[in-house]
Amino acid sequence: MNHFDVIIIGGGPAGMQAAIRLGNFNYKTLIIEKEKSIGGKLTQWDKLFPDFYSAEELLQNLTRQLNENVSILTEQEVKDIENTSENEWTVKTADGQYSSKALLIASGYDFFNAKRKEEFGYGIYPNVITSVELEAMIKNGKITTLDGRIPQKIAYLQCVGSRDEKVGNHYCSINCCICAVKQSIEVKELLPDVEQYCFYMDLRMAGQHYEELYRTSQEKYHVQFIRGRISEAASTFDNRIQIKAENTLLSTPLKLTVDLFVLMVGMEASETTRFISQKFNISNEYGFLQSKQRYCSDNETEIKGLFLAGTCKRPMTIPKSLKDGDAAANAIFDYLKNR
Amino acid sequence: MKDFGYSISKGRTLNYDNSDFSLKKTLEHDVVSYCRCIGCGACASTCSAAKFTDFSIFKCNMLFRNAKYDELEQELSKCMLCGKCTLVCPRGVNTRGMILEMRNLIEKNKNNNE
Repeated sequence: MNHFDVIIIGGGPAGMQAAIRLGNFNYKTLIIEKEKSIGGKLTQWDKLFPDFYSAEELLQNLTRQLNENVSILTEQEVKDIENTSENEWTVKTADGQYSSKALLIASGYDFFNAKRKEEFGYGIYPNVITSVELEAMIKNGKITTLDGRIPQKIAYLQCVGSRDEKVGNHYCSINCCICAVKQSIEVKELLPDVEQYCFYMDLRMAGQHYEELYRTSQEKYHVQFIRGRISEAASTFDNRIQIKAENTLLSTPLKLTVDLFVLMVGMEASETTRFISQKFNISNEYGFLQSKQRYCSDNETEIKGLFLAGTCKRPMTIPKSLKDGDAAANAIFDYLKNR
Repeated sequence: MKDFGYSISKGRTLNYDNSDFSLKKTLEHDVVSYCRCIGCGACASTCSAAKFTDFSIFKCNMLFRNAKYDELEQELSKCMLCGKCTLVCPRGVNTRGMILEMRNLIEKNKNNNE
């Protein structure tokens, strides 16, 4: 049986939340996920900001709510999508062909490839890592340098791949500022003697309890926030990383050697998101998907029966992605009812 | 012909690797709110002393964080301890207490080094 009411491309938080709602509306729903399991980027995260809620627990909660109307296909990459006739969508994967009355895109984002910012030395020096790799260390409860030492000094750099004209991304990725605050607190709890420096251009704590967590990180965890963007990083003979920046609040250059240098990588449209945005010509200036209208029809597109949810549109936090999944399910309900 | 020819400029770069941050750690402990400064400058903007001298309180905070005590000592002497800055700080920094404690710590540090 390859016919469904709704096909959802992408089984991350937005796709899962939409599937929960659509399942509850009694629509036969199919999630197509390219990874081994659903959950999206949640599977790579340990705890969520700003309340340290367990990512695993959230994933279990979401999975539990999926009812029998929802089928899941994993390890299936979308090869092609066609709007075969009015109100009919066909999705081809390597193994099969599936059709539906409505199509929901929840294909999400990918992390910025930090190698593109060569001056920070990612992929060149072993102790330059991304926030994603740091999160994996936090998840394992063990933070070491690549050569197995316990780090004494760690530096974080904000806006790697975001707010940077040089890589073509003018936008802010929203999550990284508060994520560095969260991670620095977790690292300090694992390594009480560590000294941490966070380099920023602006700190954007634009969410409930974000600012409070930032204060806590300064006051209780003594994370030092330095306004200034690191210009370059170089390795020392013993594999530590020497960084150069300007302390713009003092108008003075500074240099500092750290054991781990963490790049807070931003969010970019995922490969599938780019494929779809090009295919249907609904790409915004960065390859994300453009909704019909930002205020009142943010889940609809100019194409009938094609809906959007989550970070395939723009960077979003997890709670926002979940709400967007809900909103998309409601929009699809209205569409199928009036069809 | 004293000003003739070239000389070598002293580097301006703050080197965190060989700076001594021990005073900073004491202040973090004694005036906890000191850590919360975000350098907004509200303190400097309301400061009576700043109207007549180039005194800036948040800059004192930044200098202290960066262990630039020589410059700081002169700066701190400009403060009249009126406390207006404490009233305006959005982060609740005990600026007046911070300045007093900085003066004490730097003085003690100097005596220890002599």
